[in-house]
Amino acid sequence: MAIEERAAAARAAPAAAPRWVHGVLLVVESFWRWYRRNWRATAVSSVLQPLLFLLAFGLGFGSLIATRPGAAAATGGVPYLVWLAPALLAMSTVQSAAFEMTYPVLSGFKWQRVYLGMAATPLTGAQIALGHLVWVAAKMTLTGAVYLVLIALFGGAASIGVLGSLAAAVLTGAAVAAPVMAFSASREDEGAAFNALFRFVVLPMTLFSGTFFPVAALPAWVQPLAWISPLWHGTELARAAALGTGTAGAVLGHLAYLLALLAVGAWLAVRVFTRRLAP
Amino acid sequence: MGDGLVQARDLRKRFGTFEAVRGIDVDVAQGEVFGFLGPNGAGKSSTMRMIACVSPRTSGSLQVLGMDPDRDGPRIRARLGVVPQLDNLDTELSVRENLEIYGRYFGLPRRHVRAKAAELLEFARLTERAEDRVEPLSGGMKRRLTIARSLVNDPDLLLLDEPTTGLDPQARHLLWERLYQLKREGVTQIITTHYMDEAEQLCDRLVVMDGGVIVAEGSPAELIERWSTREVLELRFAPEDRPAAADLERHAERVEVLPDRALLYTADGERSQAALHAAGLRPLSALVRRSTLEDVFLRLTGRTLVD
Repeated sequence: MAIEERAAAARAAPAAAPRWVHGVLLVVESFWRWYRRNWRATAVSSVLQPLLFLLAFGLGFGSLIATRPGAAAATGGVPYLVWLAPALLAMSTVQSAAFEMTYPVLSGFKWQRVYLGMAATPLTGAQIALGHLVWVAAKMTLTGAVYLVLIALFGGAASIGVLGSLAAAVLTGAAVAAPVMAFSASREDEGAAFNALFRFVVLPMTLFSGTFFPVAALPAWVQPLAWISPLWHGTELARAAALGTGTAGAVLGHLAYLLALLAVGAWLAVRVFTRRLAP
Repeated sequence: MGDGLVQARDLRKRFGTFEAVRGIDVDVAQGEVFGFLGPNGAGKSSTMRMIACVSPRTSGSLQVLGMDPDRDGPRIRARLGVVPQLDNLDTELSVRENLEIYGRYFGLPRRHVRAKAAELLEFARLTERAEDRVEPLSGGMKRRLTIARSLVNDPDLLLLDEPTTGLDPQARHLLWERLYQLKREGVTQIITTHYMDEAEQLCDRLVVMDGGVIVAEGSPAELIERWSTREVLELRFAPEDRPAAADLERHAERVEVLPDRALLYTADGERSQAALHAAGLRPLSALVRRSTLEDVFLRLTGRTLVD
């Protein structure tokens, strides 16, 4: 068929709004197209940075404590690198969630305004918010898988259970991404609040969620703070999957916490997007 | 007007305590180019956003393409083309990718979108830049791309919010020419502008808005005929021998004294000029021109349109 005929045929069909889930997927497709062209720019932060953590702590720091008697007790007898790797996986998705859902989201409203372009089409605020969230989860799965391969190459993967760790890491990343997305979408300023978010929420969370040492090593009065950290729940889950150390009750508890955070965050993000795109 | 594409009655929009649109009636018919003319803050863009179904109305009734935006927003938007006041292109993607991705938002098949993008690149005269990123393009090219993008779903109604603001004269004329071509193809257009020459060039019919209400309505020629004289004599005087308004009023139907010049509204500018000369008035410069919508606006609101 000639181009003109094709165009005419499609023109005859009345334009209609895409169905609900289809609309979400169209937003995902748009981000995917952007990523296909620009992935090199984000590869550094999403793969190289976690790799440096793996080298510095897993290999460097790990060799230092390998012979210390307390270390084996803390890791349950497995090498420090094997104990650390699932937690690093979760940490990397949380960090990329915080990164992906701050400036890029504000830019969608303020600088590039791509959300505003989408909102002029049949897509709704809810489809735009959820589409971006689904995309970020998909991208975390992709970069997480690359990270997992690197971890395995350095001997950090003890069993096939690390695939479960990847799933746990993606869930944790999504559970952090959703409320951060809602927060960013509600900002009217130039993103000054994001610095506070990185310094006072993300950084302490990555240091004190049991990634590098067990939470039990913290003073008793600090430990409840770790329990509200989604990364601690994600770390426990990822480790349980990789090392086979989880109890059913604990695993269900961590899952419930992360799923609840994801649900509430997504609900808030949809609300804020809908209001901001149709004031 | 049963076949109107847009029908608004006592349409209002309030943001907190500020009422941006204060009860307007609008009818836009199939195939016409309809304009909202007014200064910044007149309520044009707020009205436009309600018609575009991206801003719920506060009260009044509104029908777009026979549907209610509150209920059928996505279905209406599927048949609209929107050129926003500020470009929201994805500047990190190519010109072609911007068109294709936008077409996909309407759920159009990939093959169709590819063919449509090629056609629109021709229309916007951007075929040679198709694979370039959007970022380094000139303002005029970005604007043409935004207009091309708004046509990706073959819209029944095209909404253009200040389409040429910030462009140089050459880019503006090229855009006008493209919009005129769309008009000939029968695409109904609604345009907001604060440029009276743009409104005169493009619009079949327009409303003049000020302070959230419509102060006049008609074709550009009708508005000029009704609210102004055929010609205008523009005079500039040295500050020391600026005459009293009364001395000027004797030679014109109406006089507007602006900070930098005086406007004499008269049927025959040359004759008024001769009469002034005979009366001994010596302006630094005198210019006879035809009335424009700017004069209509000045008459209706007592203010000039731009700044």
